[in-house]
Amino acid sequence: MKLRNCVSGGWLAQCSFFAAIIIGTAVYVPAGYSQGQDRAPQYFPADIQYGAQIFATQCTPCHGVNGDQIPGVNFRAGQFKRVISDNDLRLTVTNGVPGTGMLPFTFGASELTGIVAYLRNMNSFNARGMMIGDASHGRALFEGAGNCTGCHAVNGKGPRLAPDLGDIGTLRTADLIQRTLVDPAGTILPANRPVRAVTKDGKVISGRRLNEDTYSVQLIDEQEHLTSLSKADLREYAVLKTTTMPSYKDKFSAQELADLAAYLLSLKGVK
Amino acid sequence: MKHSLRGSLLLSIICLIPFSLRAQVTTERLLHASDEPQNWLTYSGSYASQRYSPLSQVGPGNVKNLELKWVFQAQSLQKFETTPLVVDGVMYITQSPNDIIALDAKTGRAFWLYHYAPSPAARPCCGIVNRGVAILGDSLFMATVDAHLVSVDAKNGHARWDVKLAEASAGYAMTMAPLVVKDKVIVGVAGGEYGIRGFIEAFDAASGKQVWRFDTIPQPGEPGHDSWRGRDWEHGSAAVWVTGSYDPELNLTYWGTGNPGPDWNPEQRPGDNLYSDSTVALDPDTGKLKWYFQFTPGDPYDYDSVQVPVLVNSNWKGSPRKLMLWGNRNGFFYVLDRTNGKFLTGSPFVKVNWASGLDANGRPIITPQPTGATTYPGIQGGTNWYSPSYSPRTKLFYLSAWEDYGTVFSGINVDYNEGQRYTGGANASPIPGADNPLGQRLGPINVYTEALAHGAVIAMDPETAKPKWKFEMHDVNTSGILTTGSDLLFVGGREGYFQALDAQSGQLLWKQNLGGEIIAGPISFQVDGKQYVTIASGNGLFTYALRE
Repeated sequence: MKLRNCVSGGWLAQCSFFAAIIIGTAVYVPAGYSQGQDRAPQYFPADIQYGAQIFATQCTPCHGVNGDQIPGVNFRAGQFKRVISDNDLRLTVTNGVPGTGMLPFTFGASELTGIVAYLRNMNSFNARGMMIGDASHGRALFEGAGNCTGCHAVNGKGPRLAPDLGDIGTLRTADLIQRTLVDPAGTILPANRPVRAVTKDGKVISGRRLNEDTYSVQLIDEQEHLTSLSKADLREYAVLKTTTMPSYKDKFSAQELADLAAYLLSLKGVK
Repeated sequence: MKHSLRGSLLLSIICLIPFSLRAQVTTERLLHASDEPQNWLTYSGSYASQRYSPLSQVGPGNVKNLELKWVFQAQSLQKFETTPLVVDGVMYITQSPNDIIALDAKTGRAFWLYHYAPSPAARPCCGIVNRGVAILGDSLFMATVDAHLVSVDAKNGHARWDVKLAEASAGYAMTMAPLVVKDKVIVGVAGGEYGIRGFIEAFDAASGKQVWRFDTIPQPGEPGHDSWRGRDWEHGSAAVWVTGSYDPELNLTYWGTGNPGPDWNPEQRPGDNLYSDSTVALDPDTGKLKWYFQFTPGDPYDYDSVQVPVLVNSNWKGSPRKLMLWGNRNGFFYVLDRTNGKFLTGSPFVKVNWASGLDANGRPIITPQPTGATTYPGIQGGTNWYSPSYSPRTKLFYLSAWEDYGTVFSGINVDYNEGQRYTGGANASPIPGADNPLGQRLGPINVYTEALAHGAVIAMDPETAKPKWKFEMHDVNTSGILTTGSDLLFVGGREGYFQALDAQSGQLLWKQNLGGEIIAGPISFQVDGKQYVTIASGNGLFTYALRE
């Protein structure tokens, strides 16, 4: 099967359907974290800040504000009892340490990313520079001025064309959410890329890709039909690397962006 | 009474001799495995490791008539990486963690199951897997994830001996199928992510007694030791986790070695780090090193050279020559003279930017990428451990590849603590938020890899070291390859398709969706005049033959 994905922009203007905020992801593994590595290559300010917020409410009762109240543990100094890699940290937080006061916590992936980022950077983190977002105001922006609900659903309420963001707070890190709001084209995940296909009899099918292999592609089309196409039956097939999701960089202030990000981070799925 | 017992015993032995002789897999049979195309007697099909079956009943004209004959479901959800052996109608497979199962090769029904319970201390880096067994006489040999080697009666699955090679708690493990050479069983140890010191070890097949050991990192005073700084060598890894090959005429056995440790931080181990990322040629009687060739000196990318060495006798520039063909994880294809390790030619088979080429001796001309830039190929390599194939008919070398695949590498300091990971890396995907494709598929959804990588089967012409044809896949390709005497090429893939290609042209001739990731090598065999093809997919072992 030699049919390769290609990128075509000539017909993009026809695809108003793709004017969507594409933040969702199907990838659960922590951003930037590869199998077998010890530390993330970079800890992003938004993740560190998110982790600091979680740490302040969840961890300080035992570890203290400076992370040095447990004998043998000093987060600021990078001193741990049994942790070497970032994954060790995640496992310790998730599973707890039997026989000690360290209980298991049910954090999502983005929260764990934040906690790890904060613990790795606690020594240099300046809390005074933190911009705390107001999630309730962020929701108002999401449903109002941002017009996000024009394309995105939240927990099944809304259109299906763009990914449902009901659990985006567990899937994407604070840093990626913040970056997506200002640079959606630069952060769109390949998993969410729109596709356009033309069958051999000339029928044009556009939609959001849900799955793909060498011989077929599965998508949800503009009419919200789940559709599976055999590549052997297609005359053209293109995966777009662009999105018409607007950037909110100039539309919202820094505080409003923080509010919107705080709302998105608060979306953790239906319990 | 004593005489009577002796008489009965003698009679029993006499009665057993004809049957036992038929069932014995002698050294002679292993040496001439390709003369028994109905069987699959070693992990790679023969000592030359070409994964080529001379069988031709199934060919391009009738491959569309293949139908499923049986499925065996493994009782494990681990990756199913087994390559079966087939001996006179009996198939021997392994399932995770370390079970051996004897099956009727025609029906897939089990004769017996041998269960080995590895130590809970076992910590193989990348899955509790096993790739198969070796056979000699009526004994099977299996390497275990807690670094033991066991011998099992091929008739009833009863254990014969069990030897421990190293401490599982220190990260030593074994996942390969052993190689039997003459009266010895040869294995190597995994553990390159735990700072082990790698070795290859030979045992007497009858007793399990150690015969020799070759350390893949030379100790002080040995040649090559000066390629290490200070005591870095003590935890320098150079693991050996895929089966080697053997040339009986030269009496040399060839093995590939893995990454130096820590994997991604060469600043902690300056130097070439011999014999990591190399192929070593050993005397199988003594374990003495005859020659080596290092593919990636001082490797910062985890470019293990644990691919199966493929041995080919062919004309080279007009003269007969004993060649070794090697598609390396570092993205280069190599042709070596296997009598002495001399580099003959080599060139990239996928996108490569960590080196601009190979010098006259085959040493890479390195071009390290700037901090934060993407290096090609990425962590999993341009290929990996999946078995390649060589067809003496097409004279092409076939391998599974990851194309357009890169990683943003970054090394960090890491302390050695026994039994804990010792990798020293902080590597990232070139696409923010999207993780690099892993060595294993994590679910049924696959929509990101065309942006990060895609798979292919590439047919390399050893004469030119250039691709002859390429069969591209959407997902990256983790399957081994089989070629046959009718110029068919069988290959799987992460998408779960099992495919037959025309080995001459790469044209797709047949495919079946088996549903599960294929991360094993296909084999072919014959029973009662019928050719079969077998492949592991997901947690099932699928066997095909032509429709009746």
